[in-house]
Amino acid sequence: MTGGVNSFQVSGYGPERAGWTRVFARDGLARRMDWTILLAALALSLLGSLLVYSATRNRTELNQGDPYYFLVRHWLNTGIGVALMIGAIWLGHRGLRTAVPLLYGASVFLILLVLTPLGSTINGAHSWIQLPGGFSLQPSEFVKITIILGMAMLLAARVDAGDKPYPDHRTVLQALGLAVVPMLIVMLMPDLGSVMVMVIIVLGVLLASGASNRWIFGLLGAGAAGAIAVWQLGILDEYQINRFAAFANPELDPAGVGYNTNQARIAIGSGGLTGSGLFQGSQTTGQFVPEQQTDFVFTVAGEELGFVGGALIIGLLGVILWRACRIARDTTDLYGTVVAAGIVSWFAFQTFENIGMTLGIMPVTGLPLPFVSYGGSSMFATWLAVGLLQSIRMQRPMSA
Amino acid sequence: MTNIPETGRSPRVQIRLVVIQVLVISLLGTLGGRLWYLQIREGDQYAKEASGNHVQQVVQPAVRGSILDARGVPLADNETRLVVSASRTDLMKMDDDGKAVLTKLAGVLGMKPADVMMKVRLCNAETPQPCWNGSPYQPIPITDEATPRQALQIRERVEDFPGITAEPQALRRYPSPGKANTAQVLGYLSPVTDEEIQQAQDTDSPYLRSDMVGRSGLERQYDKQLRGKAGVTRYEVDKLGRVLGQAQSDPAEPGANLVTSIDARVQRIAEYQLNEAMKEARKQHDRNTGRNYEADSGAVVVMEARTGRVVAMASNPTYDPNSWVGGISAKDYAALTGTKSNYPLLNRAIQGQSAPGSIFKVIPTAAAIKAGYSFEGPYNCSSSYSIGGQVFKNFESQNHGPISLGRALEVSCDTVFYALSHEEWKRDGGNKPKKNAHDWFYKTAHQFGLGEETGIDLPNEVTGRVPDRQWKADYWKANKDAWCKYGKKGGSYAEQIAYENCLEGNRLRAGDSVNYSIGQGDTLVTPIQMATIYAAISNGGTLYDPTVGKAVISPDGKTVTEIKPQAHGKLPTSKKTLKQIDEALEGVATRGTAAWRFGGWPQDKIPMHAKTGTAEVYGKQTTSWFATYTKDYAIVMTISQGGTGSGASGPAVRNIYNALYGVSEDGEIDSKKALLPTPQKTLPKVRTDGTIASPKTAKDFAKQFSASPSPDAEATTPQGDDPADPQQAGTTPSPENTNRDTRRRRRRGGGPGRGGGHPRGRARRPRAARPERTAS
Repeated sequence: MTGGVNSFQVSGYGPERAGWTRVFARDGLARRMDWTILLAALALSLLGSLLVYSATRNRTELNQGDPYYFLVRHWLNTGIGVALMIGAIWLGHRGLRTAVPLLYGASVFLILLVLTPLGSTINGAHSWIQLPGGFSLQPSEFVKITIILGMAMLLAARVDAGDKPYPDHRTVLQALGLAVVPMLIVMLMPDLGSVMVMVIIVLGVLLASGASNRWIFGLLGAGAAGAIAVWQLGILDEYQINRFAAFANPELDPAGVGYNTNQARIAIGSGGLTGSGLFQGSQTTGQFVPEQQTDFVFTVAGEELGFVGGALIIGLLGVILWRACRIARDTTDLYGTVVAAGIVSWFAFQTFENIGMTLGIMPVTGLPLPFVSYGGSSMFATWLAVGLLQSIRMQRPMSA
Repeated sequence: MTNIPETGRSPRVQIRLVVIQVLVISLLGTLGGRLWYLQIREGDQYAKEASGNHVQQVVQPAVRGSILDARGVPLADNETRLVVSASRTDLMKMDDDGKAVLTKLAGVLGMKPADVMMKVRLCNAETPQPCWNGSPYQPIPITDEATPRQALQIRERVEDFPGITAEPQALRRYPSPGKANTAQVLGYLSPVTDEEIQQAQDTDSPYLRSDMVGRSGLERQYDKQLRGKAGVTRYEVDKLGRVLGQAQSDPAEPGANLVTSIDARVQRIAEYQLNEAMKEARKQHDRNTGRNYEADSGAVVVMEARTGRVVAMASNPTYDPNSWVGGISAKDYAALTGTKSNYPLLNRAIQGQSAPGSIFKVIPTAAAIKAGYSFEGPYNCSSSYSIGGQVFKNFESQNHGPISLGRALEVSCDTVFYALSHEEWKRDGGNKPKKNAHDWFYKTAHQFGLGEETGIDLPNEVTGRVPDRQWKADYWKANKDAWCKYGKKGGSYAEQIAYENCLEGNRLRAGDSVNYSIGQGDTLVTPIQMATIYAAISNGGTLYDPTVGKAVISPDGKTVTEIKPQAHGKLPTSKKTLKQIDEALEGVATRGTAAWRFGGWPQDKIPMHAKTGTAEVYGKQTTSWFATYTKDYAIVMTISQGGTGSGASGPAVRNIYNALYGVSEDGEIDSKKALLPTPQKTLPKVRTDGTIASPKTAKDFAKQFSASPSPDAEATTPQGDDPADPQQAGTTPSPENTNRDTRRRRRRGGGPGRGGGHPRGRARRPRAARPERTAS
């Protein structure tokens, strides 16, 4: 923020000026916004709406007789998501930072609410709050954001103040405690997919914060030891292990997860290079793939749009992640860096896990594909994250 | 703050951000690579799986064509039965794999729940019958004998019986008109096997999983024509099997109808008379073995003499062809094919081979003329004929003095033929055969069509055997190792024989030629071969390919493809010789060995010709042979271990003629009673809708037309495990080598001919007569 080149800009940046003039000024919102991320996210959301429509237009048991039910709602969700993004930009990077304790408290309260009779179970996960008007809320999606924000605030506080080059052990412990509380609650739901994402987020955040290597490797080692212990001590039943491993060998759980995996793989594999054409997929039309509008939405793309469509989705998500990495590197304060890195970890892992499970290289968990899958909470949270990325980018000086 | 650069970041954080970026890129790269692998590298395979996923085939089976007799009476047709079937796909969607529904269904059908479960399980290598070896997507029949009441119960409570259907279906039926069973001629059906589906995959008539295939008899021979083409409708379906659209539809084309030359009435009488003759034979005492005749099996062929068409063909023991319909039970299967069954599936008229005995003598007669001997002779019919101390006796040691060849046929004089054959053997060089030996006696047999198939339109006919030099050499080559190993000079009788065989079994010996001249020794013929030969003698010398099929009529009745009689040869005799043989055979019926069976026959109106045969079989009782013909028909009957030709088979053959011509016991001809005084020339009438008119049928033709009714007649029951034949199990090794080792008893050395215990030679195994295993 080194001042304008001409008087118009200087006066234009005055906080007393409002409206479009300010937005489109040289230093205005529109100029400083990362349009690439916005357009990629919009493209994914729109493509997602078509795929969701293709998967649900014949599912009368789900769409209440209205083939456009899910299409319209996906657009609506996208609209709300974009509004949330704008809200985040409006509040601004620093404005949001002050609100973090409040947001964190609210999200933990919501997930606690899920554990009360107000919560409801969808697909085996007791992670929803039913709202009036057929809407439902999945608070664990927002917890992902508040963990990132909360941890970033704690870890960056003394570094950004210039006291220390890196967060000390005490701070790291505090940050971990802040993350573990909601993670334990989510684990009780049980929503293991979200917990996995949060673990990755915690690792990403610590990595970006510059915390000691001992913490990083210590946590990785503890995680591995824990997994081995669970495996060896027989804490899980065989069917649970089979269910977990069925992504690699569908025969382990042919009626359950194995069926999903198999049908998903057939759908994607049959797409070939260019796919069967939008709305033309027999696997999709025949409703062979369960949860196709949400967790398995990528199979619609794979079957109907082929390799071209699938690669486009991966590519668009790649663009968002690439830009987010740039934002993390270019921002001046550690807080912004940690938040951006946390979002990168979140998006990257969730994308890999979601698409990976439809391709049979990751175990099946209930995680949505960012922007593409149908689902309000996920859509709002991801767009909010886009808003965060934008506000981080905007507070840094324009590079020449 | 000195180590914090302008971006506000330490190098550690900077490096770690790069690490994160690299990790992100590699994750996305992994996804892209895997996507490429699934969609581009393996895409074709998944595309195939996807299409299998969403296309369901519904097969509308084609109605199989009927098999009709010469007058249009159905011998095999279809009936509509209420079939209760279960859809496996529906059952497997239930939590308990449909157990509850099947148990409920068993209650309605009055079956055991366990039996119903077994019927719907899929066959595999370990699963014993019953199991389903068809497509798992095809409804699996639980029963084809549901009552309308049961069907109604199931259909009215659809919600109680998900996946269960009760529909009328066309099933094969063998109605046995007038009790004419015709089992072995008709054959049977069984489900198509995986191998057959694969084999026929790229032909113009591929099989469907639900197809039934003809396994023997006419059902097999004319399978392609009878089968028709099943209709297939392919539906695109969703995961729950809901139909999204119809992809393709081929309507079913019914199979063509087959009109045969079988006359159900004559068939019934032939079956009945054969069975009666065998029952009668079992009451007769056999002086040679000291017990009653076993009469374990028999066959009779009634053939049109001037076309070779088969009017009736019976084989005994027999079975009920309906036992195959809707899947054969394990018990029935054992009764039809087990080692104790006496193999009722064999059509002994074309698959039973044995030494012909004296009915063979027309061949050496023709051969002698060919070799230059005169018909008139005279030839000395002595009581015995010796070769170097080995004595071959005439039948019953009779002596008729010098006679002509014709008279030799009439009285069936063995010694005349011994002498002629031995003479020819000597002329051909004896033990040191000439290079181009004439071998008249063997050549003639081949020219009469022996040693090869007659070409009848029934599957797996056997060839019989002419024991000529070539065969001797081949047989020796195949067995000499065993003979030479086992044989011992001066050992036991069997060892001695083996020793002899080892040394010179490849040579045609004098004794062989003598035995052969009267249809003994290693000679084997089938009843159909002899019928073809005697029909040829009747029709002036043409050897016709016997046929059962007469015409194939398309289901709409518009296309009639006649199956024309075809000849495969001419008898190698001059007209004159043929006439002389013909006269001699008439003499057999009027004053020769068969005369006592044709007492009172209206010979002036219907000239009867006959030849009797009593073949001796090593270790067994004699085989009865009776070959006869008129100008219209040839009838050949044989009964294994049945006694003499005229004795055991005579009355039965006479009764068949009586019925054909309407002749009563006292020789009166009643044309109204005659079933078929001349062969049926026309085809049954085809109505405009394609159906074929058929005359009314009596309850039992044998009762209606038989000249000698017998109240306890029941010829159609399977005879497989007839308690009257308790010794069958041990003594009949298998049908194909029944009568294999046959020869006249040697009077020297006190023992029977060499035989038993050697590896089997050319006896052909009539494989198709055995039902093929269909489990997959």
